[in-house]
Amino acid sequence: MNAVTDQQKQAFREEVSAWLRANKPADPGFLLPQSFMEVGSEQQLDFLREWQYKVWSAGYLGMAWPEAYGGRGMDPVFQAIADQEMRRQAVPICFNVIGLGWAGPLINDIGSEADKARYLKGILTGEDIWCQGFSEPDHGSDLGNAQTRAVRDGDDYVINGTKIWTTMGNFAKYMILLARTNPQAERKYDGLSFFLSPMDVPGIDARPIRKLTGEYGFTETFFTDARIPADCLMGQEGEGWKIAMKTLQYERGAEAGAAGGLAFVRIVIDDMIDQLRDVRRDDAPVLDDPVVRDQLVQLVMEEKAITLGDRRANIGALSNDYPFSLQLSNKLRFTENTRRMRQFAINLQGADGALYVGDEEARQGGFWQRAYLNSFSATIGGGTSQVQANIIAEHILGLPK
Amino acid sequence: MSVIGSTTLVFSEEQAMILDVAREFCRDQSDITAVRAQLESPDGFDPGVWQQMVALGWAGIALPERVGGAGLGMAAVVPVLESMGRALLGGPLMSTALAGQLVLRAAGEEQDELLSAIAAGQPATIAWLDNHDWGSAGIQCELDANGVLQGRKQQVMDAAGAEWFLVVAQQAGEPVLAVLPASAVAADARRDCILIDQTRRAQTIDFTGIAVASTAVLKGPQVAAALRDVRLLGALLVAAESGGSAASCLDTTVDYLKTRKQFGKLIGSYQALKHPCVDILVAVDSTRSFVYHAASLLDDGPLSRDAEIGCRMAKAQATETLKYAGDRAIQFHGGMGFTYECDAQLYVRRAQWAQQQFGDAQHQRKQLAHLLLDA
Repeated sequence: MNAVTDQQKQAFREEVSAWLRANKPADPGFLLPQSFMEVGSEQQLDFLREWQYKVWSAGYLGMAWPEAYGGRGMDPVFQAIADQEMRRQAVPICFNVIGLGWAGPLINDIGSEADKARYLKGILTGEDIWCQGFSEPDHGSDLGNAQTRAVRDGDDYVINGTKIWTTMGNFAKYMILLARTNPQAERKYDGLSFFLSPMDVPGIDARPIRKLTGEYGFTETFFTDARIPADCLMGQEGEGWKIAMKTLQYERGAEAGAAGGLAFVRIVIDDMIDQLRDVRRDDAPVLDDPVVRDQLVQLVMEEKAITLGDRRANIGALSNDYPFSLQLSNKLRFTENTRRMRQFAINLQGADGALYVGDEEARQGGFWQRAYLNSFSATIGGGTSQVQANIIAEHILGLPK
Repeated sequence: MSVIGSTTLVFSEEQAMILDVAREFCRDQSDITAVRAQLESPDGFDPGVWQQMVALGWAGIALPERVGGAGLGMAAVVPVLESMGRALLGGPLMSTALAGQLVLRAAGEEQDELLSAIAAGQPATIAWLDNHDWGSAGIQCELDANGVLQGRKQQVMDAAGAEWFLVVAQQAGEPVLAVLPASAVAADARRDCILIDQTRRAQTIDFTGIAVASTAVLKGPQVAAALRDVRLLGALLVAAESGGSAASCLDTTVDYLKTRKQFGKLIGSYQALKHPCVDILVAVDSTRSFVYHAASLLDDGPLSRDAEIGCRMAKAQATETLKYAGDRAIQFHGGMGFTYECDAQLYVRRAQWAQQQFGDAQHQRKQLAHLLLDA
């Protein structure tokens, strides 16, 4: 592939920017999800599906995926530019994130031609919603211990067990499923297999979970003698752990290949500072309080360090002391910073901090309160911060298990 | 404009080469035995090692080619200081580099002879502190109407071996710099400081009564600007050095956690020890990002607002990181950590020294709050 010139990049940036300005949807009059983990109603789903389809149709999603499967076969730099512009213009998210960000890249990397032809385009158009069946009620972060069973029976696998925290499980057509095919395996990891499972077969029941915010977005997903075709198996039996780990690398941002689009509305510290300009504490502006100022600067530094870390990770000579530490710690740093920042934002609202979504006097409709409560989905989901710390300690610092 | 501001981070091939050479040099010349051999020596460094550093061109690496320097600017000093920090290597490089910048920025080409001497390896230092307040805008030391200095300076870095002093003074309320050769400062005007960081040396010096020739006084509006900028560059160099020290402190701790067994287990398997090590790693990573971000924003002109923010963030992050890394290093070494023999003390002592230099983290954040929130 020829190197993309700065001129081409700039021209493309202008093109996508103009398109977004012209096509950014108007406020729908109901609360839109701030992330793909917050799609709780059909109304929200229909809106987001329409938007993703529009972005894909315009050619700004899956730009680096092969043309044969709905992509455009372009240099990934163009998708990166499109994503930056989407972020800058704060357009809605491209909601089908499990497909776009995890299942899709996986299928692209190691799927068969048949898999690619069958699944990839529907991920991009938003027609086929994907969900993920990794976590189980009794094994939240300990994925290797997953107990959902898959038993080969003729041309099918029969699935029994329960998955939890299935994002959009009630809307999804397919699931990336981690299940145990061999309970006798010597190592627990070797007993696992990976499936691209349909969700519309009898015996699968996805029940919405009410979150701490009072809203919906996840399901608990029950499998009772659910039969899925044997060709849903990805790779070989027993390779499930390896493939799941590869999937998590996409999720944690340590491996490229995602289709693009916004997975969440990024709330930055400027948003928080802006909402505080008129807040008072002890008869003076809260932003004049020296303690508050000190804490704000620390939060700004945390956020800035994340961006600078992304830059440094691309400079080999400055990132080889602890190889991949920046990539591997990105999720931990980012989600913890987000949580702290949102908590602090409520803290600084004075008495208004006690109000919640629905109260007409809540600041920005209770945006920060809701955002804070939802932020735990990121510090817990995809491996809790504490599990992340274990992974970093063991893989980067080489500390013993 | 976002409060996050500039996120530029570039690293030139020259910097990469310097980093490679400096890493190897410091590793070879300053293993932990060599570091310990200097803790109680009068100079605090091996003159032979300093001569090799001069031969590598590091004394003048940031100075212009017209005075015999390499013309690479302060961005080239950063990887050297970081490497020295990793190896706890002492010596007058930091003080000399900062003195060179101060002369360059305050005097232009008028002091090229002095700059040539510095680039050739004559150590120089800035006599800066009037009292314990790094954040003070005022200057107490006075150059009186007769050109005679009145005042005492604290903790003049690397003073014993310095061949040149730049004394920060005021004349009729305006900042000036008095350039003195070492011979002008009598032995009885100097008192060796006992520093918490034993890899360093400093003196408190009473300059009272020393007459300064008018040709050796730098004055004019550029002096105040140069002082401001060099204070920020000093913060950055301490940050670079502290970042290097914090990384090797972490390595020291991690090595111990991988070998020490208690209750039948390697203690590194306990999450109560593991997770703080990850916190330190994250902080070390942030430090390095801030340090090279700030270095990316420097040139020979006055420091920009972005560069000021970068230097202050680097300093605020780096010394807090080293404090935490050193503090946990002692604790995680258990009883061993309480001994002089354990290397953890070297890091924690350095952390306490470094946090004060050119303003501590709270000072930097206070200035940052003004820069970021009051615009």
